[in-house]
Amino acid sequence: MTERPLPLALRPLDALGGWATEVVESLGRFGMFLAEAVAALASPPFKLWAFIDRIHYIGYRSLLIILLTGGFTGMVLGLQVYLTLVRFGSEAYLGPAVALSLIRELGPVLSALMVTGRAGSALTAELGIMRITEQIDALTVMALSPMRYLVAPSILAGVVTFPLMTAIFNTIGIFGGYLVGVELLGLSQGTYFGEMQTFVDLKDIMTGLWKSLSFGVIVTWVCTYKGFHVGHGAEGVAKATTDAVVLSSVLILVWDYFMGSVLP
Amino acid sequence: MIRVEGLTKSFGRQPVLRGLDLEVPTGSITVIIGRSGGGKSVFLKHLIGLLYPDAGRVLVDGVEITGLRGRALDDVRRRYGVVFQGGALFDSMSCADNVAFPLREKLRLPRPEVVKRVEAALVAVGLEGVGAKNPAEISGGMRKRVAIARALVTEPEIIFFDEPTTGLDPVLVNTIHHLILDLHRRYRFTAVMVSHEIPEIFEIADTVAMLHEGRIVEVGPPAVIQASQNRVVRQFIRGVPENSEGA
Repeated sequence: MTERPLPLALRPLDALGGWATEVVESLGRFGMFLAEAVAALASPPFKLWAFIDRIHYIGYRSLLIILLTGGFTGMVLGLQVYLTLVRFGSEAYLGPAVALSLIRELGPVLSALMVTGRAGSALTAELGIMRITEQIDALTVMALSPMRYLVAPSILAGVVTFPLMTAIFNTIGIFGGYLVGVELLGLSQGTYFGEMQTFVDLKDIMTGLWKSLSFGVIVTWVCTYKGFHVGHGAEGVAKATTDAVVLSSVLILVWDYFMGSVLP
Repeated sequence: MIRVEGLTKSFGRQPVLRGLDLEVPTGSITVIIGRSGGGKSVFLKHLIGLLYPDAGRVLVDGVEITGLRGRALDDVRRRYGVVFQGGALFDSMSCADNVAFPLREKLRLPRPEVVKRVEAALVAVGLEGVGAKNPAEISGGMRKRVAIARALVTEPEIIFFDEPTTGLDPVLVNTIHHLILDLHRRYRFTAVMVSHEIPEIFEIADTVAMLHEGRIVEVGPPAVIQASQNRVVRQFIRGVPENSEGA
């Protein structure tokens, strides 16, 4: 029996329905993927060496880029904020301005974007190549869960390393601001750090921490999902890697706004 | 015994398997032949539970695996060894670690036992002394042999070979085929092999099945297949294009 073709007027509606169904299905798969990873983490055996390897892969290997970007972000902030504050005679507040900008906003966001570019893309490419060379299938037919060996350790490593990377980014950034504000522009060291202690409190640090924790989940979740569900051949890996970086970066910024609105 | 009944699979609107039936006797070497892109690997993936059919079923010793998921399917897979087309060796590990991996992670054997078995498996495939090398440092033929060693090391009841000689020169093709035959005589596993190495596979197969347009069109011992009057089988064995009049 052959299907009757749809009337011309209904075809855009049919296409829209198809697209909507596909989006809902994709979101479902995306959610199930995280649920499976969490289930793999929650049930023994825990793959400790895989977890340590992922910390090295995501965290340690991203250190240089975090040190560089953190340092220069702090220096740029120090310079620009000083030049603004000096117009109002408020340059004494340079320390808290730099610290609050970094701790609440720039540290978590920029370090997450940097780690996405360095480690997230590599994570997607690595898993994608494992998929197209049937290494993931090999694990599956050995009755070993790829979620347990490949995905869950990466997501847990993201949760651990992103706050650490953010803390390093913030520390180096604050010293970058110090270098410009105190060493180059002549602000006193006591003013820079003293005012910082007055204005920065625990809730600011916790805001940054929650943000970086959630970015750790988002980036590793998106990047492992994209690598796991890669298309065919080198082109498929390239597309998955690009998609992973773009989607992670957009989600970081959207989620940052949401967290910024909700958290105190 | 593996029994396949009415296996049907489509990808989108493209039918690949159209009611495929086959029986693989225990302890035999059964080779599935057919044209490239004809669905042989798709069929194999149904046997190992990597793909699920739209209709039909696969029974392994009477247990239907097509409906199994999770641990129940893993229990069946513990009886399997699989040699993938490209070897599918983990490129972050040495060859010895690749072979040791299922022993450590799947069987959880103690280290001395793992070392002993890995050495024996590498010797069995003629690769003693290459254990420390990375898969990227060895030739294609050696990679296939490491993959065979990895599939064999857990002493599975059934081993699936997905085109184990693709991309190898004729000498290596022969070497790998005779290695499989030799290992089969020693370990008596059931082998299901997908291949289009004609006529080499006739030397090692107990049963040959010709897959064409999603169905098994002829099945039997090599002599029967070689003497087949089926036009499709004859064309394939003689390497004659499908639309040729010469067949």
